[in-house]
Amino acid sequence: MIGLPHYLLLAGIVFSIAVAGIFLNRKNVIVLLMCIELMLLAVNFNFVAFSHFLGDLSGQVFVFFILTVAAAEAAIGLAILVVLFRERRSIDVEELDTMRG
Amino acid sequence: MQSLLLIIVLAPLAAAILAGLFGRTIGRAGAHSVTIAGVATSCACSALVLYRMLAEGAPTFNDTLYTWLVTDGIRFEIGFLVDHLTALMMVVVTFVSLMVHVYTIGYMHEDDGYQRFFSYISLFTFAMLMLVMSNNYLQLFFGWEAVGLVSYLLIGFWYTRPTAIFANMKAFLVNRVGDFGFVLGIAAIVYYTGSLRYADAFAAAPAIATHAIVPWAGASWNAMTVVCICLFIGAMGKSAQVPLHVWLPDSMEGPTPISALIHAATMVTAGIFMVARMSPLFELSPTARSFVLVIGATTALFMGFLGIIQNDIKRVVAYSTLSQLGYMTVALGVSAYSVAIFHLMTHAFFKALLFLAAGSVIIGMHHEQDMRKMGGLRKYMPITYLTSMIGSLALIGFPGFAGFYSKDSIIEAVHAALEGGQVPGAGYAYFCVVVGVFVTAFYSFRMVFMTFHGEERMDHHTKEHLHESPLVVTLPLVALAIPSVLIGALTMGPVLFGGYFGTAIQVLPANDVVAKLGAEWHGPLEFIVDGLKSPTVWIALAGVATAWYLYLANPALPARLGETFAPLYRLLDQKYYFDWFNERVLAAGSRWLGTGFWKVGDQFLIDGALVNGSARTVGLFGALVRHLQTGLLYHYAFAMIIGLSALLAYILYRA
Amino acid sequence: MLINILFYVYAATLVGAALGVVLARNSVHSAMFLVLAFFTSSGLWLLLGAEFLAIVLVLVYVGAVMVLFLFVVMMLDINIAQMKEGFTRYAPLGALIALVVIAEIAYAVWYRPVDLNLLGAARVVEDPSNTHSLGTVLYTVYVYPFQLAAVLLLLAIVAAITLTMRQRPNLKKQDISAQVAVRKADRLQIVQVASEKRP
Repeated sequence: MIGLPHYLLLAGIVFSIAVAGIFLNRKNVIVLLMCIELMLLAVNFNFVAFSHFLGDLSGQVFVFFILTVAAAEAAIGLAILVVLFRERRSIDVEELDTMRG
Repeated sequence: MQSLLLIIVLAPLAAAILAGLFGRTIGRAGAHSVTIAGVATSCACSALVLYRMLAEGAPTFNDTLYTWLVTDGIRFEIGFLVDHLTALMMVVVTFVSLMVHVYTIGYMHEDDGYQRFFSYISLFTFAMLMLVMSNNYLQLFFGWEAVGLVSYLLIGFWYTRPTAIFANMKAFLVNRVGDFGFVLGIAAIVYYTGSLRYADAFAAAPAIATHAIVPWAGASWNAMTVVCICLFIGAMGKSAQVPLHVWLPDSMEGPTPISALIHAATMVTAGIFMVARMSPLFELSPTARSFVLVIGATTALFMGFLGIIQNDIKRVVAYSTLSQLGYMTVALGVSAYSVAIFHLMTHAFFKALLFLAAGSVIIGMHHEQDMRKMGGLRKYMPITYLTSMIGSLALIGFPGFAGFYSKDSIIEAVHAALEGGQVPGAGYAYFCVVVGVFVTAFYSFRMVFMTFHGEERMDHHTKEHLHESPLVVTLPLVALAIPSVLIGALTMGPVLFGGYFGTAIQVLPANDVVAKLGAEWHGPLEFIVDGLKSPTVWIALAGVATAWYLYLANPALPARLGETFAPLYRLLDQKYYFDWFNERVLAAGSRWLGTGFWKVGDQFLIDGALVNGSARTVGLFGALVRHLQTGLLYHYAFAMIIGLSALLAYILYRA
Repeated sequence: MLINILFYVYAATLVGAALGVVLARNSVHSAMFLVLAFFTSSGLWLLLGAEFLAIVLVLVYVGAVMVLFLFVVMMLDINIAQMKEGFTRYAPLGALIALVVIAEIAYAVWYRPVDLNLLGAARVVEDPSNTHSLGTVLYTVYVYPFQLAAVLLLLAIVAAITLTMRQRPNLKKQDISAQVAVRKADRLQIVQVASEKRP
């Protein structure tokens, strides 16, 4: 019998992989953005699962909004990426250290 | 009644505003017309109020006219309390003020600040009336500060003279010291009663007296004593009692009408009035009354000594004012509040008279105030001579004159208190007031003899122009001379023994020395006869005789005496070194302390350690932790995930 | 039983695809793995009865967002050869941390069940039309947030365009306001020419 914990654990695994991806990836900002999408997906998983098992549609509504925000974030993130590449001819994460203290 | 009282207060205020703000428009004549009209209205209405009280038995008026604000149950109000005490003060204040207004036309007619002067003195009348008519401490304090402000403005009236500016700053600062105590006293009353009204404070007085203040372990002060001494410190500032008297002699820098109105007849008596008004409080604190008694006695005697060596005619009168204020304070100290008010009233008339007469002399001498350059003025200024003689006789308590009744009553009251034996310090006070009689007589007649008798020491030019002052000057002199003679005999019986003050002044039966005097009272004439049997009159006459011998019969002697007793003379000349102490020790000490606070507290601690120090600490911390900021995304992600797992572990461990 | 099998298959695929996103050398491959992850998620959401969201996920993410990603990946001139430098050095640490977090979540989910009886069967009464009921909620209770979401998307469009728009120096263009505001005196000069005498 597949219950709520299965879905929650699955979402946790996906989330952890995405976080590890952000940490491990040092060369490519695009992959960073993809990892963020993965994390959002994991969060959405929790919402849908809880919505299903609690019989409350609000969770799905929130997923809907998160999808909206995620789409907007992807669009702006990629736009920033394009500008960044135009400025520096590179999307290497290691070179983005202008904020070094 | 209420509208009548409002007219009394507001007429001088309106006149002051008109003369002050529109002085140029209405001109000199307009300014003095409008202010004299205002004060005359006020005076007439005050007389009407007194008449209604006495003849028609009008009840005490005690009502709130306007509530300014209410906060935390404390009401800030404007209200009037008009009983017999207030009515008497109102009449005295407005009458003397009216006389001074008229006199000023003559005295100031050459001055550029004519309208300004009239505006100020009308404003003063308003403030003084607000003070005496108040039914709550807030309004009392307002009037108190307002008369102080006008006093400041008027001492510095000739604001281009450095000495005037110094004197008005001094008056203001010394009064601040007194006001500090006064505000503390009011605050203590509000603290114990939660109300600013007199009536509430008087009702709660026995309850206050049961409280004790413990300033430090082992000391326990009666709350009422603290309240009364604080209030009296305010009175010491305003009524120029030792050691807060230093401003009054210097205030003679102001124009003479002001010296008469503010620094002799009315404002300086505000402290006396206030203590009398607070009699239900002071009655409950024997300690505070003894304090009052000792301060008053010291002022009465030692300020009189200073009058002996002054050569400035106004300063002699100023020191005599100080001394007479001391007498009033002594009367307060022995619970003879009604006697104090009685002396206040008679003193207001004869001291205003003396000042205005001195002013008349000064006009005649072309603003020369040094008595060593006068002499023999009797021939040139007969009215001035006559009136100042009346004033001096009243001042020294010559039998039959107003001062005799009031001053003798004070001495008798102190004597009664001494016999009662319940007032600590009464013996000292009795000694002071009796010796003070001699001193008073001596310096008063020294002034009269130096000014009006003897050889003519003025220069030739002045002598040519010497003549009697105009009618506007002499008329007030005459108008004040009449009450200076008569008012004592006419009013002593009813005011002191006829229950005139009713409930306005409350005295505990055990302290009631006035009642003891009343037992021996058979009328003004018998009082004179009794007075002739007592030593005080003869002491006074001895003072006059001494003055006559030293300054008319043997004028070379005083200088020799001064040389013989040089240290004593220097002590008096330096006014017991009060000014030296204030300037060298208090002022310098405060400045030293202020510099210390500025350098150490402000610059080093607050600016250096707190303001810049905290900034430097933050900067230092930032310089350290900036190395943690690599600017690399994955380092931040790493920190976040470590934090996340640690937090999760903590939550799971706790749950 | 079939549903259980489906869940495990999809779950395994999802985890594999997520690992693929992180581990792939080529960004295009990462993007394709992400598409796979979205597809499998969509399938799992179908199992949870969230049909509308499942469809939206495929349409919006796979159809729009991922295309955008691929577009950018291919548009930018990226040196793939050095893409994964330093990866192996930190991989063990990354794996360790991921495992720790997974272990913690698993502990929380399996051994610390909240008091909701969540391990039991789904309590939702299966609505015949998930889309219909979601729409009902969305357009009644959540109508203002819904409108806000629309504004947010508009904002994202404007922001993206503003960020990427480039001003080329020699571009010729009309300035409408300047054209409207022109005056006769700016353009027209009347010259008085002296007339010649008739011969």
